[in-house]
Amino acid sequence: MLEVAGLVKAYPGGDQVLRGVSLTVKATEVVFVIGPSGAGKSTLIRCINRLVEPDAGSVRLDGVEITRLTGAELRRARRHMAMIFQEFNLVERLTVMENVLSGRLGYVGLWQAWRRRFPPEDVELAFETLKRVGLSGFENKRADELSGGQRQRVGIARALVQRPKILLVDEPTSSLDPKTSEAVMALITRLAAEEQIPALINIHDVPLARQFAQRILGLNQGVFVFEGTPEDLTPAVLDLIYAGAGEELTSALGALSVSDTGV
Amino acid sequence: MRAWRRFSPLQTALRLLARLGAAVVLLWALRGMDIRWEFVSDSPAQMGDLLGRMFPPDWAFAGEVVDPLVQTINIATVGTILAVLLSIPVAFLAARNTTFNRATYALGRLVMSVSRSVDSLIWALIFIIVVGPGSLAGALAVGVRSIGFVSKLFAEGIEEIDRGQVEAIVATGAGRFKVLLYGIVPQIRPVFAGVCIYRWDINIRESTVLGIVGAGGIGFVLNTAILGLEWSRVGLILLVILGVVVVSEALSAYFRKRVA
Repeated sequence: MLEVAGLVKAYPGGDQVLRGVSLTVKATEVVFVIGPSGAGKSTLIRCINRLVEPDAGSVRLDGVEITRLTGAELRRARRHMAMIFQEFNLVERLTVMENVLSGRLGYVGLWQAWRRRFPPEDVELAFETLKRVGLSGFENKRADELSGGQRQRVGIARALVQRPKILLVDEPTSSLDPKTSEAVMALITRLAAEEQIPALINIHDVPLARQFAQRILGLNQGVFVFEGTPEDLTPAVLDLIYAGAGEELTSALGALSVSDTGV
Repeated sequence: MRAWRRFSPLQTALRLLARLGAAVVLLWALRGMDIRWEFVSDSPAQMGDLLGRMFPPDWAFAGEVVDPLVQTINIATVGTILAVLLSIPVAFLAARNTTFNRATYALGRLVMSVSRSVDSLIWALIFIIVVGPGSLAGALAVGVRSIGFVSKLFAEGIEEIDRGQVEAIVATGAGRFKVLLYGIVPQIRPVFAGVCIYRWDINIRESTVLGIVGAGGIGFVLNTAILGLEWSRVGLILLVILGVVVVSEALSAYFRKRVA
């Protein structure tokens, strides 16, 4: 179970991105976070595994307070929080197998990692996981040879071989076409269910969230403004979640039409 | 009728003044050089005479050039490998995204500029004092001289990596060195390979002259031939150097294209 309470984050010289965010993800629950660009969705996920340092607040995974960990303890905690990225973030010049096995880096020694000599059970797990994401036979292909959908499947496999206690998923489909997006989202939610692990998924695609979510949280300007089921997502609620978004674009279009008529 | 001028009258005057200034500096420098114009007027004849003595080259001397030539290539190769090994830690210190703190960054930059600001002939003179004359001094000179160039380009390669790939490895719970091995090294490998080959071909050229100060290689034979006024040998040696430089540059260009 993941418990986040009162999370605050401001980047140097900027406004607060997170202004006291609290949420709970229970044992096998899949929670979607929707909200406009800049609402703080990515920062929220990165504060949980401390890729970004939160300024205040608490993050607890199965009772362990993450925000106070340092060094080896923090790295051990990160093994249990597998992350899936918007831009896939595969190491492009490594093979598919190396990318998947890098999910085991927190468990093996430096020398083994350097020699690419992972324990047989890790290699077996990697083969098995590649099969589950539909990429059997791709082991020795280089990551930069794959299509977007295939790359994200490798990203999912890398996350799964960590044997995590939770999946942290940051906009997994924004770099993919609609059909591939749906397949990838179906895969993530199915695997989370099979592994019986919870997932926290950022997404900007509302129909996709509706389709796959059990519970949806709406983030706007660093605070949650909505919590509910897909059925609760009425047009009025969406207006609330996306309030302020696109204002710059609207005003820019307004300025354009004024100058057009002014010639 | 609308007038248009690229420069205002003031700008035109300033530009004229700048050109005059450049001409004055040139004349002043020429005066300071103390040129003997009777020698200059004689130079075309001297050049013709020299070329006449060099050709035909002394082909029979070719057998004695082979060993110094191989030595020259070895100096360049050993020197380059030495430079690469020493440059790897320097580059990680001198790259903003991998250095530990400001002091280590400054240290990396310092090593770089010390290496670059001293010419390889001067490094050779220093190493001849330390390890005695010969090709070891040459290889050390080439190696130390190359650190600045190699580590600077390595550091630039390190600074240009994709943060996302590194972030993904950090997120798995990997420590500092595993992140280096899996997130950073794969990304900089092509840059490293290209820089190594490029510097090797520069070092072939550098190594050809090191023998003049006694640091081994074909430069020593060249110097001996010049001092002995054996111009047909000089002609042969120059041809051989030209050939080696052309071949090494072609090889370097070919392999750099392959790793890119």
